[in-house]
Amino acid sequence: MSLTKRIIPCLDVDNGRVVKGIKFVDIIDAGDPVEVAKRYNDQGADEITFLDITASSDNRKTIFNVVEKVASQVFIPLTVGGGIKSVEDIRSLLNSGADKITINTAAIHNPNLISEASNSVGSQCIVVAIDAKRKINNSGEQIWEIYTHGGRNATGINAVEWAKDMEIRGAGELLVTSMDKDGTKQGFDLELMQAINDTVNIPIIASGGVGTLEDMYDGIAKGCADAVLAASIFHFGTFTINEVKEYLIKKGINMRITDD
Amino acid sequence: MSTIAIIDYGMSNLSSVAKATEYVAPNEKVIITSDPNEIDSSDKIIFPGQGAAKKCMQSIFNKNLDTVITKNSKEKPFLGICMGMQILMEYSDENEGTKCLGILKGKVEKFQNKNNNKIKIPHMGWNKILKKNDHPIWSGIEDESYFYFVHSYFIIPEEENYTIGETDYGKKFCSVIANDNIIAIQGHPEKSSKVGLRFLKNFLEIK
Repeated sequence: MSLTKRIIPCLDVDNGRVVKGIKFVDIIDAGDPVEVAKRYNDQGADEITFLDITASSDNRKTIFNVVEKVASQVFIPLTVGGGIKSVEDIRSLLNSGADKITINTAAIHNPNLISEASNSVGSQCIVVAIDAKRKINNSGEQIWEIYTHGGRNATGINAVEWAKDMEIRGAGELLVTSMDKDGTKQGFDLELMQAINDTVNIPIIASGGVGTLEDMYDGIAKGCADAVLAASIFHFGTFTINEVKEYLIKKGINMRITDD
Repeated sequence: MSTIAIIDYGMSNLSSVAKATEYVAPNEKVIITSDPNEIDSSDKIIFPGQGAAKKCMQSIFNKNLDTVITKNSKEKPFLGICMGMQILMEYSDENEGTKCLGILKGKVEKFQNKNNNKIKIPHMGWNKILKKNDHPIWSGIEDESYFYFVHSYFIIPEEENYTIGETDYGKKFCSVIANDNIIAIQGHPEKSSKVGLRFLKNFLEIK
């Protein structure tokens, strides 16, 4: 089997600029999404995810511009997430050059959006983001509950059951973030990953908590993730994507190495 | 300046294909069209596609594109991508069976999960294409180069000789096929970085 696992850098975009601190030694303006995307492409990124964090709805259209520009210069899959509410939003982003759209809160408010979207643009474009936190239920069992709004609002929804529902509705892929681990650099919540992987048969992207190269390995080898998404370890230059890939190859994980 | 027509039958997002084509052929005219006359008068054809086979075929018939697609596939360089590869065949198992264009002999089947060989469906991500036969489309592309794939079905051509590239996902399947003017690829060259751009460029250089 030669399908590789994927490494996906995630960029926060506000008003058309990449905003999280990015340290590329030879780029002066690290806020230009095209430059950043090109650099990650050169490093061997398998996909790039843009998370639109623009708060003002007036400025939300700037993301279309970003996608359009990046898609004209960087030819790997581009995923866009953040504030997407309708099939209309999805279509506009795809027309701008996005390949996949990540939907989070809107799917919780209206699960039917996932069915409608996958019917109209195809499952391959639809990624459902699941932000989950550990919880002990009334029977004393370990479960995970879905949160929205960046982990602030509990929904009462069981993450594993939700994952299955989303697969049935036509999600092509799941982006799973542990709210317990996000930002801790302690590694992924491997049990959460395993529980979802045992339930669905679509690809799963692990996110939230990567601190070391071993965390990446564990997410793939033990958490059964098909892809790993990370932000800060790449942005702050802790590791380049190629360093991650070389490490994983040594540990026996199949990776795409580029000669770019 | 030659004209490259990307056939729009309403079933896919064509901007990625158009952008990649414009990037490798800055001096050519790239059009996205569903107009049979425009397709007929172009020099090269790109036939992409996403979504379900039945809807794709319905859409092609609704737009009266079946005849012009078949005709042009025999007359000029013609590149099928993803669903645009699958519906060139005679028949697909998708949607309880779908009759396709029948430009190439063979059928389309779904990946199967066998007990001892669990694979996720769709086949999504970067996988190798193993060259099977020499062809100008492979110029400057190394054997076992990685291309980006997203699909749940794959083609089984009747003529094995037409297969010029294979990919392993649970088992080997035909990922690139060539016959006369037609080249078709299951992966997405427009999303396969340098290697994919080279593939597109090679196609555009075929006379």
